[in-house]
Amino acid sequence: MSSNNTTTVPIDEPVHALNDRIAAQNRQLFKQHGLLVLNLLSSPGSGKTALLERTLTDLKDHMRMGVIVGDLQTDNDAQRLSGKGAPVKQIMTQDVCHLEASMVARAAADLPLHDLNVLFIENVGNLVCPATYDLGEDLRVVLVSVTEGEDKPLKYPVIFKNAHVVLVTKVDLAAAVGFDRDSALNNIRRIAPQATVLEVSARTGTGMEAWYHLLKVQRRQ
Amino acid sequence: MHEVSIMENILSIVEPRARAVGANRITRITVRVGELSGVAPEALEFAFQALTPGTLAEGGDLVIERIPVRCFCKTCRRQFQPDGPFYICPDCHEPTNEILSGRELEIASVEIP
Repeated sequence: MSSNNTTTVPIDEPVHALNDRIAAQNRQLFKQHGLLVLNLLSSPGSGKTALLERTLTDLKDHMRMGVIVGDLQTDNDAQRLSGKGAPVKQIMTQDVCHLEASMVARAAADLPLHDLNVLFIENVGNLVCPATYDLGEDLRVVLVSVTEGEDKPLKYPVIFKNAHVVLVTKVDLAAAVGFDRDSALNNIRRIAPQATVLEVSARTGTGMEAWYHLLKVQRRQ
Repeated sequence: MHEVSIMENILSIVEPRARAVGANRITRITVRVGELSGVAPEALEFAFQALTPGTLAEGGDLVIERIPVRCFCKTCRRQFQPDGPFYICPDCHEPTNEILSGRELEIASVEIP
């Protein structure tokens, strides 16, 4: 095609083509090891690390779990999660706002994947940027805490529409913050009708059995 | 705000492609940005202005083609364009998440002198 002495060169390539290729390699590697891989996504402070602390403790006799945890700075989360019998690898993204497949590939190389059957990837706390980066996971799990308000799914629809599971967390605080449960569940249901929705409290243990059941069922698939 | 790293990706894809066909300048980059791509067009435009000086695309244009969301209702076997964040079928009024388009984030083409 030519006009005004210029030529149009078709490219037709996804911007994330490189990330998608590495994610496909990760997925293949995880499959070879028979791993169930979950990408945990939420705003900062929704309780991703607390959920994992409790899960690693409660399921340690049932599953061999590993964790990759991403933060902009510090290895505080890896420290919180260590000493629970599961190998933990911290990624410090140096201020990048999301995890990419290449970062996960490097972190996974430092984990004994052959010894594991479940791998949790705790993404950087952010409801926008991590939504569209495939890491090679089987399931995307989005957490939203009762303290964040009922309309979170309306404000950040992309991440909820890409979710396989939505966990409403910190339900022990629902009464204290005047959480409108019906409104919140209705918003999640209408934005993300494809997602399995569970209500949990990692502190009191409410609803955690349903989360563990989901992990056990998914692991067998 | 990850549009800067997205623009870096775009430039890293188009510059070698332009050089491969002998171009020393890119006068226009056309990208397709779906409404569900998680990318804000204004931020992408800002990133283009900030990152292109010193590249083949310096002084060029960025053209953003917005791709609307289109859904499919399995019950009614019809396509529709949702109005707002809830993807509710206009016939049966049930929510759907069968998304046919709107997730695109693609480089369509470049224009070279």
